[in-house]
Amino acid sequence: MNLLSEAIDWLFAAERLSGSSPVPLRIGEHLLYTFVAVLVAAVIAVPLGYLIGHTGRGRELAVGLSGAARALPSFGLIILLVLLVGVVRAPLAAVISFVILAIPSILAGAYAGFEAVDRRTIDAARAIGMTEWQILWKVEVPLGLPLLISGLRSAVLQVVATVTLAAYVGLGGLGLYIIAGLALRQFDQMLGAALLIAALALVLDALFAGLERVVVPAGVSVGRKGFRPTSNRRRAVMETSIESGRG
Amino acid sequence: MIEFRSVTKRFPDGTVAVDDFSLVLPSHKTTVLVGSSGSGKTTLLRMVNRMVDPSSGSIEIDGEDTSTLEPVALRRRIGYVMQNSGLLPHLKVLDNVATVPVLNGVPRREARQQALTLLDTVGLDRALADRYPSQLSGGQQQRVGVARGLAADPNILLMDEPFGAVDPIVRDELQQELIRLQRELGKTVVFVTHDIDEAFLLGDQVVILEQGGRIAQVGSPTEIMEAPASDFVASFIGADRGKRALSIRKTEHGFILVDGEGRAAGVLVGTADAG
Amino acid sequence: MNWILDNLDLMLELTLQHIRLSLPPIILGFLISVPLGWVAYRFQLTRGFLLTVAGLLYTIPSLALFVILPPILGISFLSEINITIALTIYAVAILTRSVADALGSVDPAVRDCATAMGYGPWRRFWTVEFPLAGPVTLAGLRVAAVSTVSLVTVGILIGVQSLGYLFTNGLQRRILVEVFAGVVLVVLVALLIDALLAMAGRRLMPWAPRPRSSRRLALRGSAAPE
Repeated sequence: MNLLSEAIDWLFAAERLSGSSPVPLRIGEHLLYTFVAVLVAAVIAVPLGYLIGHTGRGRELAVGLSGAARALPSFGLIILLVLLVGVVRAPLAAVISFVILAIPSILAGAYAGFEAVDRRTIDAARAIGMTEWQILWKVEVPLGLPLLISGLRSAVLQVVATVTLAAYVGLGGLGLYIIAGLALRQFDQMLGAALLIAALALVLDALFAGLERVVVPAGVSVGRKGFRPTSNRRRAVMETSIESGRG
Repeated sequence: MIEFRSVTKRFPDGTVAVDDFSLVLPSHKTTVLVGSSGSGKTTLLRMVNRMVDPSSGSIEIDGEDTSTLEPVALRRRIGYVMQNSGLLPHLKVLDNVATVPVLNGVPRREARQQALTLLDTVGLDRALADRYPSQLSGGQQQRVGVARGLAADPNILLMDEPFGAVDPIVRDELQQELIRLQRELGKTVVFVTHDIDEAFLLGDQVVILEQGGRIAQVGSPTEIMEAPASDFVASFIGADRGKRALSIRKTEHGFILVDGEGRAAGVLVGTADAG
Repeated sequence: MNWILDNLDLMLELTLQHIRLSLPPIILGFLISVPLGWVAYRFQLTRGFLLTVAGLLYTIPSLALFVILPPILGISFLSEINITIALTIYAVAILTRSVADALGSVDPAVRDCATAMGYGPWRRFWTVEFPLAGPVTLAGLRVAAVSTVSLVTVGILIGVQSLGYLFTNGLQRRILVEVFAGVVLVVLVALLIDALLAMAGRRLMPWAPRPRSSRRLALRGSAAPE
C-alpha cells in the first residue's frame, strides 16, 4: 500500500493547485463536458421518450436501439468520431460521442417512467375528463419523474466514465493524469487521479440518488418501500437497461 | 380423522387468527370451513400440514400429534390444492402432477405414467400433458391442481378456495367433478371457502366460522338450514332474507321454484303431483 | 477497404483474443453473483449493504478501476488478470442485483405451494426458485455480458491486447476504416454472445413467456379452450 500513500501525497501536493495542470481546472473540464453532453442528450431524448411512453408507439425500436447502443464500445466511438470530424476538432467529436452514449439511458428512463404509471390511473384520468395534454403533464410526467432521473443518473455516470477515456484523444478532464501517467509510468499520479475520478463519480451518483428520492410524489413513496421492484420497473431494466454499459 | 384440540394461533404482529378451536373432522368425509375473511379458515387449513404451527393446542391425524411429525414428510402425504392452482410454471402439466411422487422417491417414469392416469381421473385430455400451465385455461389449471393433490394417493386432501378464481360456469363444472371424485375416492377432504352455497353443495360437515376462528355452527347442510344456531348463521346463510325459503310459482310452461327474493332457484319436476 | 483485406488475420486474432478476455468475467461474475444475490434476497439487512456496495463499485469508471485495483491486490498494472478482476467486479455488481430481483420476482404463491407439497428448503431453491428466477437473471446476465465485451476494449490503454488495439492503432495511423472495423467487430462479438445467451435461455426455459409478446399473453390470459 506504499503506492497509496504516494498517491495521497500526489493529490495533496501544492502543485495540484498551482501547477500547469491544476486539479480544479481538470475537475471543471470533466464536469463541463459531462453536463453539456447530458443536457444536449436530454433535450433530444426526453421529448422523444415521452412521445414513445405516451403513445406506446416506437417502443420496440427504442428498445432495440438502446440494446444495440449498449454493445457500442465508447472508447472506439470517440476515436471513430475524432477521425470522422477531424483531429483538430477533437472536443466536438468527443462531445458528440458523449451525447450518443447518453441518449439511450435517458430515453429509456423517460419512456419507462411513463410505462411504470398504472394504466388504470391513466384511464381514470381520461375518464374524469382530462385532456391528453393534461394527462401528460399532471399524471405521467410527475409519476414518471423518478425513473427519468434514474435514467439521467446512469447517463451522467456513463459520460463521466467516457470523458475519462477521452483524455486519450487530447481532451482535458481528470483522465488526462492517467493517460499522461501511463506514458511516464507515474503510478502515484495515476492512482491519485483514479481515486479522484472514482470520488467524482460517487458524489454525482449520490447527488442523483438524492434527487431521485426527492422527486417521488408524496403519495407514491409509501408503496415504494417494499423491496420488490414493480414489474414494470423490472421490465424496463430487463429490456432496456437504464443502467447501460460504461466507458 | 383429523382432530383440532384447543388450537390457538397468534401471529407475531399480535393478531389472533384462531382462538381455542376444537373440532373433529371425520374420515372419508368432506368438511367445509366457511367464513368471511378474517375468520381464520385458511390458517386452520394450513395448520393441518404444518404450513402454520399453532401457538398452543394440538392437531392430531388418526391419533398422531402432528407436532411430532417432520413437516416436509407430513406435507408429502397430504394433498394440497390452492386458489390459482399454484402450479409450478416451469414444469409441464405431467411433471406438475408427478411432483409429489417424485419427491417421495418414485422413479420419474413411473410417476409420469401414474400422472397420465390421474389426468383421466380429473377429466383432462391426455394431450394436455406436455403443455405448460400458462398454456391452459383457468379451469384446466385447476383440474391439474386437483390431479396433483391426488398424485401421492393421500388420505387427506386440503383445498384452499380452489375454485375461487374461475368463472361461475367453470366453477359449477369443477364442483360437480369434485363431488363425483369424492364419491369414487372417499378422501378426507378439508375445504375452505367463503361461498356458503359452495359449502352446502360440497360439505358433508359444514363449519361456519366467525371472526377469530370461533365456530358459529357445525352440522350437515340440512341441519344448519333447518335450525340456524344464531342470527349470525341465519344471516350468513341468507335465511333471514328469505334466500333459503323457496316457493312454487306457476308459469305458462310449468312450475318453478323461487326464493324469498323472487329469484328463480330451479324448476320443479314431476309437476303433475305438485300442481 | 484495402486495410481490411490486408489485415484479416490480425482482425481474426484480435477477435479471438477479445472473446477469450470477455468470457472469464462473465462466467465468474455469474457464479459469484448467485450466492451473493441469494443472500441479498434472503436477508433484508444484508440486502441494502450488498446492493449499495455493488452500486458503488459499478459507479467507478473502468479506467479508474484498472488503476486502483493493482495496488490493492498487489498485481501488476499491465496484466490480463487486472482486467479480468475489474470486469468480474462490474459483472458481479450488475448481476447481484439481478439475481436478488429475480428471486424476489418468483410468485410467493408458487413458493408457498412448493412448500405445501413437501419440498425441503434446499431442494425448493434449486428446483423451483432458481429456475423460476431464470428469466430475470438471464436479462441481467445479457446486460453484463454485452457491457463486458465493450469494456474489454479499454484494456488496451493499460496494454492488454484486444479489439481495442484497432482503436489506438487506427488513431495513431489515422486509418478510419481500422477504427470502424474495430467498433463493428466489438458490436458483433457482443451481439453474438448476447444471442447465444438468449438461445440458451429459450432452450433451458421453454416455459418462460417471450418478453416481446408478454403483454399480449397477459391479456389473453385464460382464453385457451377448456
